[in-house]
Amino acid sequence: MSRDLLGGLLGEPVKMRTGGGFSAYMRKAFAVAAKDVRAELRAKEVASTMIVFGLLAVVIFGLAFDLRVPQSAMVVPGILWVIVLFAGVLGLHRSFGAEVDRDTLAGLLLAPVEPSAIYFGKLASNLLYLFLLELFVLPVILVMFDTNLFQFHILLALFLGTIGYAEVGTFFAALTANSRARESMLPVLLLPVMVPVFMAGVSLTAGILDGRPVSGLTTWLVILGVFDCIFFVAAYWIVDLIWDGI
Amino acid sequence: MASTTTVHGKRSDIWYGPLLTLDILAGLAMVVAIWAGLFFAKEATNLAGDEQIAQRIFYFHMGCNITATLGFLISVIGSAGYLVRRTLVWDRIAQAGVEVGTIFGFGIMVTGAIWAKPTWNTYWTWDPRLTTATITILIYLAYMLFRNGMDNRHTRARFSAIYALFAFLSVPFTYLSARIFRSIHPVVFNGSNADAQGAFSIGPTMGQTLLITISCFTILFLALFFHRWRQLSLEARIADIREELYQ
Repeated sequence: MSRDLLGGLLGEPVKMRTGGGFSAYMRKAFAVAAKDVRAELRAKEVASTMIVFGLLAVVIFGLAFDLRVPQSAMVVPGILWVIVLFAGVLGLHRSFGAEVDRDTLAGLLLAPVEPSAIYFGKLASNLLYLFLLELFVLPVILVMFDTNLFQFHILLALFLGTIGYAEVGTFFAALTANSRARESMLPVLLLPVMVPVFMAGVSLTAGILDGRPVSGLTTWLVILGVFDCIFFVAAYWIVDLIWDGI
Repeated sequence: MASTTTVHGKRSDIWYGPLLTLDILAGLAMVVAIWAGLFFAKEATNLAGDEQIAQRIFYFHMGCNITATLGFLISVIGSAGYLVRRTLVWDRIAQAGVEVGTIFGFGIMVTGAIWAKPTWNTYWTWDPRLTTATITILIYLAYMLFRNGMDNRHTRARFSAIYALFAFLSVPFTYLSARIFRSIHPVVFNGSNADAQGAFSIGPTMGQTLLITISCFTILFLALFFHRWRQLSLEARIADIREELYQ
């Protein structure tokens, strides 16, 4: 698979194998993800925008709360998760929006792969962008707010929460791709559904920063994990319905 | 679907009579609900002052609560029905359920906020039920906006059904997360919550009043629901005729 990755990034055509089997399915999903990452490496329009927006948001929040909040650690959990959600929306709508803008969505759907494999490929590339965003935002929060978020449980919550966010976000991006005003539609659809992830993430981050015992906070990790699993299954099951009219 | 024909310049519509009866019934039901909530019900024994008076809004709060839940359940059934049967009748049921349910959802918010001020001394808290109800209403507001953005009727029906079902999956998670947060909302029917404030016990007249107001609100809900559903059916008919004309 690593050879495929290198080949995919260098622009060599990915060999498309038809037929069943789990590894064949994975390879198809991977081909879609590699295509997205390759396009992103050339155009540099999604991940870079997300990262710059994320950094900008940290600075804006820093200015907004400076001298107003006695301890910056009090607002950091909320800031972290709000930035992940808002910067994420910027990138998520591009994953299918770009295909519609360039009239390539029909071509993608005509490829000999299952619709769910396209979804999982897009999910993988979105996850990559989101993790990249977090990689840039966390150190800047450390500098601006003097709060160290590089703690095992916070990172684990961020990992699980990002997976759930990307699952639902990629799904809704596919859903809104064809509607008018999809850029503004996606956050309106997505944010109310992400409330459980947001609440779990903020509470866990706040609990760890307050130094509360970890044993009382594992419930949040369980909620995040179960959320991820249920929406993974639901997306796999329902995603075929999105494109069955095309 | 209503069949409208012109007979000697008069419009005749088979649904006109039944719907008018339902409307009058709904109007009477609201009068009965106000009477039952304000006069029939005896005062809550363990409360005093403003709290005792404010407690009477509970009957309208519950009436809105039951009907909003009914609307949202209908929307889930309509959405699932559309995805299985692929006929627009189910889509119209889902849409009417969401729209009427959302109106009653705002009713829950308003009555709840008015009641919460004397009882909890605040209009708003992040209690699990409040959080879940608010997020559910926001989801359905998003649903209505989402519908507006699509032109093709079948695409719109399919996508909004998928969104309704997918979004509905997150509601239990919201409730669970908010529940772990904290809770001061009284649990009236079962279970006990040591931290709950403003709790009261249901006496015999309270149970009867509750039954009366819930039935009255259900009649109002049905009247609004059928009107909206019929309106959507007529709209669809106009769209069909227009398509035929301009082809």
